[in-house]
Parts: sequence; C-alpha cells; structure tokens
Amino acid sequence: MNIPMIIKAVGFLAVLSIPALGFSDYVLHIAISALLWGFIYTGWSVMGRFGLVSLGHGAFMGIGAYMVTMLWNHAGITPWIGIPVAVVVSMAVGFMIGFPCFRFRITGHYFALVTLALSEVVRLLIVALRDYTGGSLGVTPDSVISADTPNSFIAMQFSDKVTWFYIVVAVWVVGLLVWRAVDRSMIRYAMEAVSQEEDAAASLGVHVTRTKLIVTMISAGMTAVGGAIYGQYQLYINPETTSGIAISLQIVFAAIAGGMFVQLGPTVGAVITLLLTEGLRQTVGHDVHGLDVMIYGAMLVLFIIYMPRGVLGRVIEVFENRTGGTSGPTTQPRPQPGE
Amino acid sequence: MDFPLTDPFFWETVIQGLLFGGVLALLSLGLNIIFGVIDVVWICYAELIMLGMYTIYFLYSDYGVPLPLAMLAGILVVALLGAALHYFIIRPILHTEPINQLLVTGGVLFFLQGFATLAFSVEFRNLGVSFGSIEAGDMYIPTTRLLAFIVSLVAVVGLWLFLKRTYLGTAIRAISQDRDVMPLMGVSPGKIYLVTSALGGGLAGLGACLLVLLYDIHPAIGLTFGPITFMVCVMGGLGNMIGGFIAAFIFAEFIALGGFYAEIEWGYVIAFAFFIVMMFIRPQGILGSKS
Repeated sequence: MNIPMIIKAVGFLAVLSIPALGFSDYVLHIAISALLWGFIYTGWSVMGRFGLVSLGHGAFMGIGAYMVTMLWNHAGITPWIGIPVAVVVSMAVGFMIGFPCFRFRITGHYFALVTLALSEVVRLLIVALRDYTGGSLGVTPDSVISADTPNSFIAMQFSDKVTWFYIVVAVWVVGLLVWRAVDRSMIRYAMEAVSQEEDAAASLGVHVTRTKLIVTMISAGMTAVGGAIYGQYQLYINPETTSGIAISLQIVFAAIAGGMFVQLGPTVGAVITLLLTEGLRQTVGHDVHGLDVMIYGAMLVLFIIYMPRGVLGRVIEVFENRTGGTSGPTTQPRPQPGE
Repeated sequence: MDFPLTDPFFWETVIQGLLFGGVLALLSLGLNIIFGVIDVVWICYAELIMLGMYTIYFLYSDYGVPLPLAMLAGILVVALLGAALHYFIIRPILHTEPINQLLVTGGVLFFLQGFATLAFSVEFRNLGVSFGSIEAGDMYIPTTRLLAFIVSLVAVVGLWLFLKRTYLGTAIRAISQDRDVMPLMGVSPGKIYLVTSALGGGLAGLGACLLVLLYDIHPAIGLTFGPITFMVCVMGGLGNMIGGFIAAFIFAEFIALGGFYAEIEWGYVIAFAFFIVMMFIRPQGILGSKS
C-alpha cells in the first residue's frame, strides 16, 4: 500500500465515522448536503472536464426529483423503481439534446446556450403542469412516516439523519467510482483528443459523436439520481431549487471552484460553497441576504481568472511541483476548462 | 370561442406580442453587438439591466430626479459598468478559451444578484408611472408598451446608422470581421472592445429604461429576462442584429399566443423548445449564412 492509498483509506474512514462522533443533526445535515451536492457536481464534471460545458444540468436534476416524486404521489410507485425510471428518462433527454448538438457540432457558447434553454424548458414545464406538480409552490412526496413508523424503506423516507448519511455516502462513493472509471477508460483519451481538435481525433478513428454521447448520458443519469435523492431527503422540491438557470449555474460553478479535473474536486467545491453559505449565516445572521451569493460570485470570477483548475486542482499542482512530480496519469498536462 | 380571426382578444394578443417583441429586440441589441465584436457572451447581461432599473428607480423615487434625467443617468451607469466589466474581468482572460469568458460573467451574475439582494432587499419595487392606454376599436394597448416598441425601433435604426455611417462604427464592424488584420490597419482592438462594451452596456441601460416602466424591479429579475434574451440572440445568429430583431418577434408571438391559448408558461415552453429545434435546423441563426 502506498501513501496516497493510505490517505484515501483514512479519509474514507473519517467520513464514515462522522455520525459516530456525536455531532448535532445540523452538522450531519451539512455533511449530507455536502456529499449529495458533491455527487451531483461530480456528475457534471464527468462531461464538463472535457469541455462539454453544460448549463442544462438543472434539467436532469429536475427530471430526477420530479419523476420520482410524481410516480410516488400519483401512481404509488416506489422510488426504488422511480429512480431507475428517472435515470432512463434523463439519459434519453440527454441523448435527444446531445445527439443533434454533437452531430451538428454545436460546441462552446452555443452548446452552453442550447443546454441552458433545455434547463429552462424543464423548469417551465414543471411550473406549467401545476395541476400535477404543484407549480412554483413546489411539492412534497406523500409522507408515510409518522412517530410510530419513523422509517419506510418502500417510500425511501427516513426520519433519521444517520440513515440518510450512509445512503448519501454510498451514492457519493459510487459517483467517485464512475468518475474514476471514466478517467481510466479509453473514453478519457478519446475525449481529450476531441476537446483539443475534433477533426484530428475523428481522423484517428475516434467516434466523436458516440463518445460525447456516452459521457453526456452518464452525466445526465448521475445528476438525475442526485435530484431524486435530494427530493427524498428534503421531502420538498420546487422548480427553482431543482431546475432552471440558477441551479444549472450553481452546478457548473461549484464544480469549477473545487476543480473539475481531479476526482475529489467537485466534492471540495460543494464543501467550500456550503461552508461559505452556512458560515456567513452563522456569523452575520439570517437577516443579511445576498452577501453569500455576492462573495460566491466574486470568488468565481477570481477562480476563473487566476485558478481555472479550482482549489483542489491548484493544491495538487503545487504539491506535485514541490515533490518533483510523481509518475502516473495525474501529472500529465490537463486541459484547461473549455479546451 | 369565436373563430380567432374575428376575435378582438386574439388580435389584442397578437399586438401585445408584437409590442413585447419590440422590448425583446431592444434587450438583445446590446448583447448582440458585444457578441458580434468581442465574441463574448455576457451571461450577466440581464443583471446589468437590473442595476440600470434600480438606478432609475432610486433617482426618481428617492431623490426626486425628473424621470428623463434619471433614465439618462441609468444608461450612463450601465454603460460605465459594461466598460468596467470588459476592462477588469473579460480583458485579462480574452486570450483563453471563449467558454471561460462566458463562465466568468456567470460569476459576475451571482455577484450582482447578491449585491442587489444585499443593498436593495428582495422586495418588489414599482416605479408607479403609467401613461394609460390607447383604445382602438375593442382593443386596449398600453401606451408604455407602444412607447417601448417605438424606442426599440428607433434604437435599432440608430445603431445601424452608427455602425454604417460613422468612423467608429466602421472600425467596430471591421474588427468584428477580421480581428487579426485590423490592428495592422491602425485600429486598436483594445480601445474598440472597450467602446463596444460601453455601447452594449448603454443599450442594456436603454432596455432598463423601458423595463422599469413595464415591470416590478427585484434582484432576480435578471433570471426572468436573461434566458429569453440569449435565446433571441442565438436564434437570430449571435452577432446578427437583423436576425436578432426578427427572432425577437417570433419569440414574443410564441409567448403571447401560448399565453392566449393556455398559460403563459406554455408560451415560454414552446418558444424555448422551438429555439432548441431551430438550433438543430439552422445552428447559424435564421439569417446566418452557412459557414
């Protein structure tokens, strides 16, 4: 076992032991939120790191959250079936938007704006279908839990935060494994070639459209799972917090802030943004609205100008320069955002 | 319901759509010129409009500045903001990948929205100025909307004349056609970019003057008008002002008629879905030429 593996093992055990340390429910809630958002941001970075900057992930999150809740509320279908259905639908939407985009080589600004339109379409559809979805007021999954039955496996509703913590840890770890699987597959090399020079990559036998579609669909599916879990955990969803331009931008920026080219970067992004919001709320109080968003925005501007690889990306870079660099794929030059 | 062509409400809706199209056309002008010349999408464009609206509102309501003067100040403030945005934020990363410039203005979007929430609170503010409405047959047309429509037509023509007839306008058009050769011809791209950013900001300010008459002001208003403005520009062919103008009216009619037959959200859903489909059919925009 080498040193990085020991660090990873210790870190993982530390994460697992959080509930046993006797923290309050509030701290546990922050930890759950950080890991859940970390998972969603990781899902975005699966495609974002290759220059497929999607501003449409609010759409996939909205599909995940609303599909599962609608199936449960209106058809009594358990989230255990609802989540796979939502993932399939989300992937299908990813395919429907991705295929023409990639086929007609819509990239850069245009790809970002087309996906932005998609996330707005989903948000507005949720609002427009207010007879079923509750519109802008949001919706609550029909509750089956009470004081007598605090947990329901079938409804995926648990009143106990520790249970949620372990569910979210499991989801998050799977997300990291998917990220690593993509990182170590041929897809990565193909996508890096494509993001540098599409024609050259195609001439070397890379199936550009297919490769892009694969990462898009993986990313869409992961985001749908994140949205579904978010809905089940919060037991309340509304169109603004699960879809639309605001949430899409939040996903993109947190992933960039943490560092989308490294495995734990998006999670670090989630931790940073949550600590910022919660820290400010604790120090300046509930009445001062907007300060967190303002600092967050300023941070993003500075990050993109001075630290385009994000916090964790930069830390690893500095560390590797100091130790003279280690062998392995992590020391290879990575593309900058959008390359 | 009557046959639509004889239904006055139908025609009122069509005209409302036309007038809304004028507003959208004006909103998209500034974004379009910035994209055409600098090749940057300001995601925070609608937030600049919001700040312009607040400027006008506070000058008029709290300081008693006459409305035309307050509007002039609003335009100036947003023009300065546009120039500052370019100089301090876009310029340092102009040489990097285009998507970085789009993302950095996204950071500015959050910053401005947070700033507005912090400084002005989330409450909805209304200027409370109304010019009544014009009655034509069975139809009522609000004067403010008609005014907005006329102003946007004038602005489009004015901008067109500026670009065609003045030296500066010619330089701006030249640089948007070939940014490598123009420096050799003695045009400084840096200066032109700065002027264009101020001009784009000024047009956003002009948009603010009209929106402030038509809608309540609140910190999240940018999120309402931002996406639709981008869609208008992209569908017209980013940088193509006439295309953007036509696209604005197509979108506005979709939204108005969608709202007439169902609910307003359906209008937006159809308009955005139409946009996505159009992107696949004509990715270069409705008037763009195949490159």
